[in-house]
Amino acid sequence: MHLVPLPTTGPAPTATAGRLAAAADADAQTAAFAVRGLDVHYGATPALRNVDLDIAHHRVTALIGPSGCGKSTFLRCLNRMNDLIADCRVSGRVLFNGTDIYAPGTDPVSLRARVGMVFQKPNPFPKSLYDNVAYGPRIHGLAGDRTALDEIVETSLRRAGLWDEVKDRLDAPGTALSGGQQQRLCIARAIAVAPEAILMDEPCSALDPIATARIEELIDELRTEYTIVIVTHSMQQAARVAQTTAFFHLGEVVEVGATERLFTDPRDARTKGYITGRFG
Amino acid sequence: MTEVASSLPPPIRRPDVSPARLARRHAAERRFRLCALAAVVIAAGMLLALIGTIAVQSYPAFFETRIGLDVDFDPDVIDPAGTRAPADLGDANYAVLVRRALEKVFPEVRTRRDRRALKRLLSADADLALRDMVLGNPALIGTTQRVWLLASDDVDSFVKGLIAREAPQETRRIDERMAAWIDALAAAGRIETRFNATFFTAADSREPEQAGILGAVVGSALTLIVTLALSFPLGVLAAIYLEEFAPRGRWADLIEVNINNLAAVPSIVFGLLGLAIFLNVFGLPRGAPVAGGMVLALMTLPTVIIAARTAIKAVPPSVREAALALGASHMQAVLHHVLPLALPGMLTGAIIGMARALGETAPLLMIGMVAFIAEVPRGFTDPATVLPVQIYLWADSPERAFVAKTSAATLVLLGFLAAMNAVAVILRRRFERRW
Repeated sequence: MHLVPLPTTGPAPTATAGRLAAAADADAQTAAFAVRGLDVHYGATPALRNVDLDIAHHRVTALIGPSGCGKSTFLRCLNRMNDLIADCRVSGRVLFNGTDIYAPGTDPVSLRARVGMVFQKPNPFPKSLYDNVAYGPRIHGLAGDRTALDEIVETSLRRAGLWDEVKDRLDAPGTALSGGQQQRLCIARAIAVAPEAILMDEPCSALDPIATARIEELIDELRTEYTIVIVTHSMQQAARVAQTTAFFHLGEVVEVGATERLFTDPRDARTKGYITGRFG
Repeated sequence: MTEVASSLPPPIRRPDVSPARLARRHAAERRFRLCALAAVVIAAGMLLALIGTIAVQSYPAFFETRIGLDVDFDPDVIDPAGTRAPADLGDANYAVLVRRALEKVFPEVRTRRDRRALKRLLSADADLALRDMVLGNPALIGTTQRVWLLASDDVDSFVKGLIAREAPQETRRIDERMAAWIDALAAAGRIETRFNATFFTAADSREPEQAGILGAVVGSALTLIVTLALSFPLGVLAAIYLEEFAPRGRWADLIEVNINNLAAVPSIVFGLLGLAIFLNVFGLPRGAPVAGGMVLALMTLPTVIIAARTAIKAVPPSVREAALALGASHMQAVLHHVLPLALPGMLTGAIIGMARALGETAPLLMIGMVAFIAEVPRGFTDPATVLPVQIYLWADSPERAFVAKTSAATLVLLGFLAAMNAVAVILRRRFERRW
């Protein structure tokens, strides 16, 4: 499923608009996330304005843009982490696999079990490596007994490429690992719950280039099974890991497209200005 | 003119590092450091002086004087009927035995007045001590034993040198005649100074030589158990609700301000509240640890809530977010992750609150815990007193021997506080987790 850049600016002839809307509805049914008319305010300050965006299954979508452009806010709308912020108001529709996650009946707890998240700063629990990974499966009752739980922990750590480094010291505290290992632990912790999508908020910004390369490889491997949305400040990183890139500016989606096309042939002047380093 | 001035580049000012200026700066720094050091030395000196004075003054209280008498456990006096029944043994007139033993040592004392003075060498309850011996071991009846009986507080003070021989006759508690007796006893090896175990095993008494701290220690412990059992769970739960679940807004602000105000309310006000509600409405027993503990819990609660909220605030939000992003419910995130990390801080706050409650007398004044209690309390509803109240009561007593007791009780209280603070440090070390 390809992601179609939605027209966000400029008046279009009515017939075209109607056809595009129909196409967008069809996309909404097949996309992993379909966001329509999303507005977010922090108190009186608008953070996102009328954002329309589709995020395809089993692909890596990168969100880029200057600081304060709303890309992290957008990411946090996808698993309702913005609910934690007291004066945050969200309007518009966010469909995840066709169901509106902001509908009154949606339980954010079950949503977050299906949409995992990796944060900017590695935040392992101050518990053992094992307990870090086992926590999600435990609270969701994914493992019937200890053997099953051991298996989930091992598979998750293997998938995160951390197993060989830590298999002998699963009792060590998660906080004793290096930064890059901690971030891979957080990824292992997220995939242990077997989510359908993983949201990553600048996962490499606190890491050195080698650890970053390791995480980027991992993201590429995980793409086959998970829908991944990644916020990044590094355009090189977006170019390396993402198939689709969306450029945010001042709370709006300026341009969306296949990563290669967006970086080589930006259609909007603002996108061009950002990727050539003239502002941001 | 301004245009001309602004068009010129401003002159570059380099830092002034001339030796004179640098020397002035360094001298100022040295002066400041000396002042700070002096403050620390003065504070430490005052503390040392305080504890030193208390320790020196309390020293006599840890020793007691005993007088050895050969008591003839005469069966005709103790058990004329020969039944050996405990009731009969208990009712016998043991004072006769004490008198006879004294007369054996001082046969020359004849007049009633002198005999009464002679009897004042011993503690008032010397006959009860003999009775307890006989009840404990009836085989003593018919034998003669060297019994070390507790000396009266005046004799005790005299032997310890706290009553000067040179003081004028009329004003001192031990006159020439008694001094001569004491000297005679000492010469005969009948006076001993021993470690004062009574001080640690008895409750309060009107007689200084029989007064002990145990009643107050047990009273304090029972009271603090009630306080901790009430204020810790209540405080932690309130803090969790206010920090994690309460909607932010005017009501939350109002509650926060009031909790902070409550922490600054004079403690006697809580005593009045306790009197009005716990005693008059709920009808709790007057002067009992349960009521005292509840009043102190009221007083400690704001401290515990504030400490617990600070501890929760100190937990990095990333931990909470990590749990929530995994699909933990809010309660699971709090119980599994926030609470374990906040617990050391909460415990420390609670123990500091307890330490404050331990030293409190004013609220207990209101609910009748400031009283002379001669028995060690056996439960939460027995009348009891607490350590600071005991100190106050002894400091207020006229007998000379209570001066040392007051200091000794203060030492015990300070020891209690030090122990509680040590527990706080240990708990913090043990449960603290780093990330």
